[in-house]
Amino acid sequence: MSAADWMALSTTLKLAAVTTLVLLIVGTPIAWWLARTKNRVAVVVEAVVALPLVLPPTVLGFYMLVALGPNGFIGGTLLALGWHHLAFTFAGLVVASTLYSLPFMVQPLKDAFAAVGSRMTEAAATLRASPWDSFFSVVLPLSRRGLLTATTLTFAHTVGEFGVVLMVGGNIPGETRVLSIAIYDHAEAMDYASAHVLAGGLLVASFLLLFMVYFLNRRYHVVHV
Amino acid sequence: MKTSLRLLALFLLSFPLARPLLAETLTIAAAADLKFAMAEVVEQFRAARSGDKIDVIYGSSGKFFTQIKNGAPFDMYFSADIEYPRALEKDGLTSGITRPYAIGRIVLWSLNPELAQTALRDLPKAPIRKFAIANPHHAPYGLRAKEALEHQGVWSAMEAKLVLGENIAHTAQFVDSGAAEAGLVALALVLSPTMAGKGAWTPIPAQWHEPLEQGYVITRRAAGNPLAQAFSDYMASEPARVVMRRYGFVLPGEEGK
Repeated sequence: MSAADWMALSTTLKLAAVTTLVLLIVGTPIAWWLARTKNRVAVVVEAVVALPLVLPPTVLGFYMLVALGPNGFIGGTLLALGWHHLAFTFAGLVVASTLYSLPFMVQPLKDAFAAVGSRMTEAAATLRASPWDSFFSVVLPLSRRGLLTATTLTFAHTVGEFGVVLMVGGNIPGETRVLSIAIYDHAEAMDYASAHVLAGGLLVASFLLLFMVYFLNRRYHVVHV
Repeated sequence: MKTSLRLLALFLLSFPLARPLLAETLTIAAAADLKFAMAEVVEQFRAARSGDKIDVIYGSSGKFFTQIKNGAPFDMYFSADIEYPRALEKDGLTSGITRPYAIGRIVLWSLNPELAQTALRDLPKAPIRKFAIANPHHAPYGLRAKEALEHQGVWSAMEAKLVLGENIAHTAQFVDSGAAEAGLVALALVLSPTMAGKGAWTPIPAQWHEPLEQGYVITRRAAGNPLAQAFSDYMASEPARVVMRRYGFVLPGEEGK
């Protein structure tokens, strides 16, 4: 592996880790609300959350490029605030990946929260636990398997993304050149040996990661549309 | 149940027969810089041949090369770099020889007309955060862009600002969205009606880089396809050459003009 490939690996791991962290913070309340609400709007929200599963990544990526760029809603707003737009930046990739991996975080968590049910939290409430307290000391520990599934899948899915990054990344070494892009470049330049090393490594690592999750928990349905 | 299955099978089997028996099909793989020029040429060609089915797929020359090597169902291959079809020819994957069809040019393009006037050697000082070129490792236009920047001695200064498109149309998208302030793209793309009036462009002198000699070939699988031969002949005809010239291509035999 060349120095550039190692750099692509570290960029990939960094992107997957940051995206997973962001989604834990953003996705958990969404999943909790979806699991508990009686509101009819929930169905709409669920459909929106599942959209990245069915939209072609390059299409999603193209609209992200427009939105994050200087003329887009997000990039334009940032420019007006005196920052620069997010196209071709690591931060932009985090925004795009967060959207792209959203269902992988929300769906397993929602299932786990729903399985815990409301009786546990009601019991905690009668013992004078605050809602926060009951969520962190009752619900989360009981949902740990769903949490593990959601975290691992989000991480693995972000490691494997290609189309979105191709559209909004611009292939900048150390910033937006992730493993999948590096593999693609090697293959395009017909340097199959380098491509095989990276692709083989990615395949084995992804399999081990997923194997571990499925091994540790055979109770939950993993992502479903 | 059985009857309905039989009926369904009959219904499905009737589809291939529903096409006119004399219609030919032609599938063309074409470099991304041909997106607009080729579409016009094909449209003219099609006008005289009703019933024939002609599909053009646009993408990166290198990718098509690999795909054809691996048995992709293309009848003709128009590459932005003549070396690719020549290599296929060497491998015995073509029927007939590789023919040059155009020489491509690159331009400096920006949505900001002032920025488009910048001389290449002044690019590092220009207000540019991201500069788009096609990937020089595998896209012919990208390699020529790199050569031009090197020729003007600004490659290393610009390297940190580069964003790389997968092919030249993808690169143009980076500039078109405004996400990259400027870029080096194919003249044939900025001359298209779609891009007309979007910012401004300045041609890069052809002697600053190796020539973008583009070539096409009929693949081995289309050896018996009369439509491929007909289209090949049409490419050499004046109506097709008029379109190609309008898109800024220098044509074989007209290099000195």
